Amino acid sequence: MRHIISILLENESGALSRVAGLFSARAYNIESLTVAPTEDPTLSRMTLVTNGSDEIIEQITKQLNKLVDVVKLNDLNVNGAKHIEREMMLIKVKAPVAARDEIMRLNSIFRGNIIDVSEDSYTVELTGPSDKLDAFIAAFDCDSILETVRSGVMGIARGTNALHV
Amino acid sequence: MELSGSEIIAQFLKDEDVEYLFGYPGGAVLHIYDALFKADEVKHILVRHEQAAVHAADGYARSTGKPGVALVTSGPGMTNAVTGIATAHLDSIPLVVLTGQVPTAVIGSDAFQEVDSVGISRPCVKHNFLVNDVKDLADTLKKAFYVATTGRPGPVVVDIPKDVTDPKIKIPYTYKPSITMRSYNPVTKGHPNQIKKALELFFSAKKPVMYTGGGVVLSDASQSLTSLVQRLGFPITSTLMGLGAYPSTDEQFLGMLGMHGTYEANMAMHETDVLIAIGARFDDRVTGHLEKFCPYAKIIHIDIDPSSISKTVKVDVPIVGDVDDVLTTMLDMLKETDRTPDKEALKDWWKQIKQWRKKNCLRYNKKTKVIKPQYVIEKLYEVTKGEAFITSDVGQHQMFAAQYYKFDKPRQWINSGGLGTMGFGLPAAMGVQLAHLDKTVACVTGEGSIQMNIQELATCMQYQLPIKIINLNNQYLGMVRQWQEFFYEGRYAMSYMDSIPDFVKLAESYGHVGMRIDQTSDVEGALKKAFAMKDKLVFIDFMTNREENVYPMIAAGKGQHEMELAPDSELV
Repeated sequence: MRHIISILLENESGALSRVAGLFSARAYNIESLTVAPTEDPTLSRMTLVTNGSDEIIEQITKQLNKLVDVVKLNDLNVNGAKHIEREMMLIKVKAPVAARDEIMRLNSIFRGNIIDVSEDSYTVELTGPSDKLDAFIAAFDCDSILETVRSGVMGIARGTNALHV
Repeated sequence: MELSGSEIIAQFLKDEDVEYLFGYPGGAVLHIYDALFKADEVKHILVRHEQAAVHAADGYARSTGKPGVALVTSGPGMTNAVTGIATAHLDSIPLVVLTGQVPTAVIGSDAFQEVDSVGISRPCVKHNFLVNDVKDLADTLKKAFYVATTGRPGPVVVDIPKDVTDPKIKIPYTYKPSITMRSYNPVTKGHPNQIKKALELFFSAKKPVMYTGGGVVLSDASQSLTSLVQRLGFPITSTLMGLGAYPSTDEQFLGMLGMHGTYEANMAMHETDVLIAIGARFDDRVTGHLEKFCPYAKIIHIDIDPSSISKTVKVDVPIVGDVDDVLTTMLDMLKETDRTPDKEALKDWWKQIKQWRKKNCLRYNKKTKVIKPQYVIEKLYEVTKGEAFITSDVGQHQMFAAQYYKFDKPRQWINSGGLGTMGFGLPAAMGVQLAHLDKTVACVTGEGSIQMNIQELATCMQYQLPIKIINLNNQYLGMVRQWQEFFYEGRYAMSYMDSIPDFVKLAESYGHVGMRIDQTSDVEGALKKAFAMKDKLVFIDFMTNREENVYPMIAAGKGQHEMELAPDSELV
């Protein structure tokens, strides 16, 4: 099953590689990983999406907790917990005059923002659950997509339940 | 007090009561060596290879319970140390390894003797640090000792760039006796409800077995374990790493379990209905085929590391906590209740165990002229009255030592269990001997393993370490050969050693005493003579039966009850 694990870790050089190294050393999957400092600059918040049986996920969380740089973590999918997840995508598409109306229409249906325009291209900013971003990509034929960049998933628990020190 | 980085290191080690520093100098650590030389407080032991520095620190740590400390230079100094670090990591031994690094200004430029020490060591340490600023040095050193010695212990590397130890830059220094880290708070107290659940199983068990590991030794829990086992009347078996935590000569001890464990221990594991795993981690050398492991058992597991619990074997009653703390709580709880284990069932269980014991699975033919390796260990046990510290290398000799030397005390048996590092025995023995100058230390080894760190004979001479080297020389890489005999139709690919040195002359050339023994009748006399030389290192080269096998054996993929015992022809 797919799990989103939120991790607070010391914002120190090497902390990220400890997490990444753990996953490769123990042959766990990483679907996506995103990390940035929090409101407390000494802490980073990482969101890690992984796959595995309950036993594997239990080992992953235990092994992560064992890393000295990990301050705290939370499995957003554990015990039917509710959460919200978002991913951001920047996508650059070919935009010949004839296609522009259609791109704008798609952009408005998906509630994206066109954030850059050139003679031959549009760049769209889109936020949402990962499958919404997938659907947007699918609305274009491959040839017309020049570039995509996705942030990886960020997640947060619903309600007052919060991961903080 | 205003000190430079290198002086801080020297002063900190003194403040931390470090007795010995095992190391080897080089460019990146010259400032540190200069400060150590001037301060002359911590005794520095100069090894002949950095791997040996770490193994020696490791032997010191295993035999004392205190952290071992090593100092090596950057680049090759650090990479040579890696095997030692990984050895300590797999057996959870508290070490602090200081590695020199090129100056911060040139890190990342492929400078002379530069490697990414933090990157290289990351997967084989409990934690590591790179000190970027001399202001962080003292706190980082304190954190290193704190992390290495608490929770599940392990090695910590502190990588120190040369400019951080610059003698010209002085900063204030005060020693902090303790330190806290928000991201590191190991649990030590077991949950009382979980402990109660375990007690319920103690009372209901019909065929209980205690299975103990290195965690009991690390937690200094021998006394509480012994009290608990004797109070409950349960049989107990131990992993390779746990030997000595419970007296091997006691009636309740079934011997070692696992791949080369005793028949009674493995059969009891197979039949048990309540398995009590204490400071043990269900290693594959213990479990054999996982699906056939303890098929009838409810499993209680006490371990300080949550990630050890249900890692390979699903357990019913997990108890996370320090072994000694949990066992002491169990004893207290037992005192407060009048409930006892099922004595009738235990009587039947012991009757069954006695049947298994009758197999006498460690029997071997003692009447041969050619020396049996088992015989050497039995005589070693007798001559040293069972009181020696025994270090070993890795292979058949290691298994024979574990099977035939009856360890009654913890920290007496020093070997590389998890990583299985050949070359561990001699340098580890140096650390043990330095920690126990007036005690008897023997290194059980083979002609393959000993040659992996033979250069340390020079260190032993320099520091007058009277270690007794028991070399079981069968002119084969014995364990490899055994597997090739069993599983590769006897094709002995590269397990034969041609041109083995004359170990007697070799020992003598280093200034030690060498002896060569090639018949059974001379074994005991040679050992007595060697151990009588209290101030000499004696290298005894025992020419043993070439194709001796280690029995019992559980082959890969087999269950614990599917052991192979020595063929009848062997059992005279």
